[in-house]
Amino acid sequence: MTLQEKKAAVIEDFSMYDEWLDKYEYLIELGKNLEPFPDEKKTDDRLIKGCQSRVWLDVREDKGKLYFSADSDAVITKGIISLLVSVYSGESAEEIAEDDFAFLESIGLRENLSPTRAGGLVSMVDTIRTLAKNGR
Amino acid sequence: MDVNELRKLFPILSIKSAGRDIVYLDNAATSQRPVQVSDKILEINNFCNANIHRAVHSLASAATGQYEAARKAVAEFIGAGAEREIVFTSGTTASVNLVAFCFGEKFVGNGDEIIVPEAEHHSNLVPWQMLCERKGAILRVLKVLDNGELDLDGLERLISDRTRLIAAAHVSNVLGIVNPVGEIIRIAHSRGVPVLIDGAQGIVHEKVDVQALDCDFYAFSGHKMFASTGTGVLYGKKRWLDSLPPFMGGGEMIGSVSFSGTTYADAPYKFEAGTQNISGVPTFVPAISMTKLCREDASLSQNLVNIRDFVLETLLQDDRIRLFGVPRETSAKIPLFSFAVNGAHHEDLALILDKMGIAVRSGQMCAEPLMDRFGVTGMLRASFAAYNTMEEAEYFIKSLDRAIKMLI
Ligand SMILES: Cc1ncc(COP(=O)(O)O)c(C=O)c1O
Repeated sequence: MTLQEKKAAVIEDFSMYDEWLDKYEYLIELGKNLEPFPDEKKTDDRLIKGCQSRVWLDVREDKGKLYFSADSDAVITKGIISLLVSVYSGESAEEIAEDDFAFLESIGLRENLSPTRAGGLVSMVDTIRTLAKNGR
Repeated sequence: MDVNELRKLFPILSIKSAGRDIVYLDNAATSQRPVQVSDKILEINNFCNANIHRAVHSLASAATGQYEAARKAVAEFIGAGAEREIVFTSGTTASVNLVAFCFGEKFVGNGDEIIVPEAEHHSNLVPWQMLCERKGAILRVLKVLDNGELDLDGLERLISDRTRLIAAAHVSNVLGIVNPVGEIIRIAHSRGVPVLIDGAQGIVHEKVDVQALDCDFYAFSGHKMFASTGTGVLYGKKRWLDSLPPFMGGGEMIGSVSFSGTTYADAPYKFEAGTQNISGVPTFVPAISMTKLCREDASLSQNLVNIRDFVLETLLQDDRIRLFGVPRETSAKIPLFSFAVNGAHHEDLALILDKMGIAVRSGQMCAEPLMDRFGVTGMLRASFAAYNTMEEAEYFIKSLDRAIKMLI
């Protein structure tokens, strides 16, 4: 799937849920699909600042594409970061750096999460962008 | 007064969240405002706005009258000996910083010591750390016991001949326990050490008489006790306020100004530099009436006691929940509950409760050292006010159970 296709699929998945509690249930399920993130990688330099919960993000490069892995101690946050990981893994650094991340608004994440959480989301997006621009 | 009558005075309580009247349980962060307070702000802005203490025109004297009436009301409210002992600030944080700076400048030097409990809000901790850094002084920490009470026995040992001040909360914003401040002050004074009480939470729930208490300073915010945001009080004993240097310079805090030297006004004015919160401070008058009503009305105060007992008992019986701040005497507990849920993150719980229409606080609650003390990264806090109902408390408990089941 291309990046655009992946984003369209996410928007479609979320359109099935009207109720916010159902969206949260879905995010919690998504979080469970994340690849295990080894404890030794949970270091401060991989911690995303600006989130109420702890979120770790790591990236590796393979044949010009970036692959993200992540974890969080809060399950809704973990769902959100898993969404980002699955959408942006396998894309090139240039494409990620230039992306507008607007699909997060289409699924209502940015507006419906509390300001601290929205702040957390912004930090997650910023970190992914920065990693794409500068590498680790 | 019936709680539902009281609720009518707080228009915000009928805004909708998740399709129902919002259940506001973040009162320890800030209370809601009754119409009397909003009306007072409007009254000042529409009919009585002028800079105070400065001009001779009648509008200025009306505005000054409103402002000084608030000083009188606050002095009476906390039993101060004189209106001069009341300094208006922007809040508890500003009040504590004022003392940390002014008292620190005059009375704290290299190797001196300040004592704070482990449970303090950052606002009653960081200013003292900054002072210690500035002066080469040492911050000593009074321990909190496992049930959240202060280790009072440890206080005697902690006080040395270098102790210059003890700064402690009347009620911790996390533990919700009324600390034995009278006892702390007695012990401190027996060793010649003055005491500042952080009354941000205490002023809301406890009757305060600063003279009976004999505290040297008492700091609190308006916004947690129904008054306008950006208002606060520092009570200080006259002899302390007189002996401290001013805090900020400028405006009406002066006696006379010239390039060869400037003199300062007497307390409290020497601490009120610049244009004051002209529309906010007068709201102390209706806010104090409201605080007294909530405390003194038999039906309203009983309602809050019933809520406290119900929530306390329910949370204690739930073995998924670790409640912090369980005093030996239940009467020492205010209706504020901070807890962790085994296997569920406080932030997830708060997000889910929000979607059920309930506003609670999650996180470190500006008390990071206390989080470390109890080995948690954060807590969930529900804090009740007089306008909360038993139905809301029951709905909170039911919703919490549902949220926990979604997560574990
Ligand atoms: C115990 C305590 N101290 C200090 C503060 C700081 O108050 P403010 O933010 O109004 O300055 C608060 C409230 O946040 C508090 O609960």
